[in-house]
Amino acid sequence: MNFSLRYYIEKLRKSWMIISLVIILSLPFLIGISLLFKSWPLLVSTPISEIIFSSNWMPTKGNFGLWPFIFSSIVVSLLGLLIMIPFTLASAIYITQFAPNWISKVLRTVIDILAGIPSVIFGLWGIIVIVPMVSEWATSANSANASGYSILAAGIVVAVTTLPFVLNMLIELFESVPRELKESTLAMGASHWQTIKDVILKKIRPGIIAAFTLGLSKAFGETIAVLMVVGNVVQIPDSIFAAGYPLPALLANNYGEMMSIPKYDSALMLSALMLLIIVILFNYFAHKVIRFYQSKM
Amino acid sequence: MSLENNTSLIDEEIIRKDESKGLHNLIYVKDLSLWHGKQQTLKNVELNIRDKGITVLLGPSGCGKTTLLKTFNRLTDLDPDIKTTGSIFFEDKDILTKNIDVYALRQKMGLLSQRPHPLPGTISDNIRYALKLKGIKSKVEQDDRIEYYIKKVALWDEVKDRLKYSANSLSIGQQQRLCLARGLAIEPRVILADEPTSALDPISSRKIEEQFQELSKEFAIVLVTHILRQAKRLADYTAFMYYGEVVEKGKPSDLFENPKTEIFKDYLQVGH
Ligand SMILES: Nc1ncnc2c1ncn2[C@@H]1O[C@H](COP(=O)(O)OP(=O)(O)OP(=O)(O)O)[C@@H](O)[C@H]1O
Ligand SMILES: [Mg+2]
Repeated sequence: MNFSLRYYIEKLRKSWMIISLVIILSLPFLIGISLLFKSWPLLVSTPISEIIFSSNWMPTKGNFGLWPFIFSSIVVSLLGLLIMIPFTLASAIYITQFAPNWISKVLRTVIDILAGIPSVIFGLWGIIVIVPMVSEWATSANSANASGYSILAAGIVVAVTTLPFVLNMLIELFESVPRELKESTLAMGASHWQTIKDVILKKIRPGIIAAFTLGLSKAFGETIAVLMVVGNVVQIPDSIFAAGYPLPALLANNYGEMMSIPKYDSALMLSALMLLIIVILFNYFAHKVIRFYQSKM
Repeated sequence: MSLENNTSLIDEEIIRKDESKGLHNLIYVKDLSLWHGKQQTLKNVELNIRDKGITVLLGPSGCGKTTLLKTFNRLTDLDPDIKTTGSIFFEDKDILTKNIDVYALRQKMGLLSQRPHPLPGTISDNIRYALKLKGIKSKVEQDDRIEYYIKKVALWDEVKDRLKYSANSLSIGQQQRLCLARGLAIEPRVILADEPTSALDPISSRKIEEQFQELSKEFAIVLVTHILRQAKRLADYTAFMYYGEVVEKGKPSDLFENPKTEIFKDYLQVGH
């Protein structure tokens, strides 16, 4: 009696785990399929290549060229990545290799605090600090758009929002290097810097690439902080001081409005689907990189 | 205090004494104490390291063997909490003084650690890096030496067809011999080996031991081990440490047959 009760509890526990697992595993597919379903009307009427690469965005006339949004997204996240790489690498090396214990502890706490700040606050900070700064640069560069609301401002803000996330991964990577490997290298007469450059960085290079790919993916999906400073103008930005309109901003700004326009919600759903696919691809690639090198190293 | 005086004092007096007894020592540890912060890890260590021979360091876990080895190549510098007093004389210099060239010193003290830690990259990269640090730039010369050192550790037949493979593809025992080859490639005077066989299977261990016996004709080897039988097989000179002190030292024949202290007797008993 007791046994069979235990048996059923065990069975229940097992099936409960399996059900949760199935739900979690199928979530991305479910989301993807519902987005695909919703974007279907647009997809059957217009070839996908035209939607992706056309810059003609005139929802009222039935033109849904997504290229300005895709392009803005790419440029903003790449800019963010470029700005973030030197800072995160330098800080991770300093924190794990050079800083005295107490400084390293303080810095880690600061990073954790940064990581916990909601991105809307970074957006506000961008408006107060970064936008005026960029505006000044734009003015002195005689740019057509001197407002400061630009892809550069968005790049800087997105660099800051993803920085703690990437930095934490980098720190973990550097700390995963066994102390003895470092000692063995130093014991051959290598300097501290040679050890970092020739051995440690080389050892964790795949991890670094993966961390930056995940950072890029996060930057790509960053919504609120970006839309607050990017200007939200539907155009192909012609300079870093020009305004842009990334995909997530398009979705956040417009969903729920102007839904009476035919196929408009299809277009938005399709952008969401693309965002989802791109981010999943980034993550997949990051894991591939890690796998590939793990098998090789 | 004048370093010059100290040095010549150690060298001339003691070396003369040693040599009259037929001994050739390379390293003289004099009154060495070491603190990790407030905790004293080494206590007034006095020890001579044979040239061309194997000096075995024995002692229970935590007694300071690894720490002593790390003072020899100044890896103790990595930990800012470490303070040392006393001297270690090596090639006419006290290597614990500030103005020593630690990079040159470390190239004279090859290190073989407990587990092999191959550098990222291929099998030949591992030795090539050591050669580069040694200042050998010519690719041809590098390749020659890579072959020479891999042969020297009796690894050549096993890896000659896959020098371009990742060093991590080797077995642990092969990796350890590769690390030994890498250490030899920097042309050290001394080999510091910290339990080099503890992660290895018996056959790989035996290979390393054979290497050591061979190498002891050329180098001064300091070997830390927990394996008493290995110590007996290899030691030309033995020191037993206990809580940071060198409690007994001497020729293995004397030491193992007639332990003087109770602690060492116990250690020998438990070890069997
Ligand atoms: N970085 C450190 N900070 C503080 N104490 C340390 C540090 N490294 C070692 N110690 C202490 O120094 C003592 C000697 O350590 P050591 O590693 O030299 O021992 P060991 O004889 O090599 O032991 P084992 O046989 O286990 O390898 C130990 O009590 C250890 O706790
Ligand atoms: Mg040890």
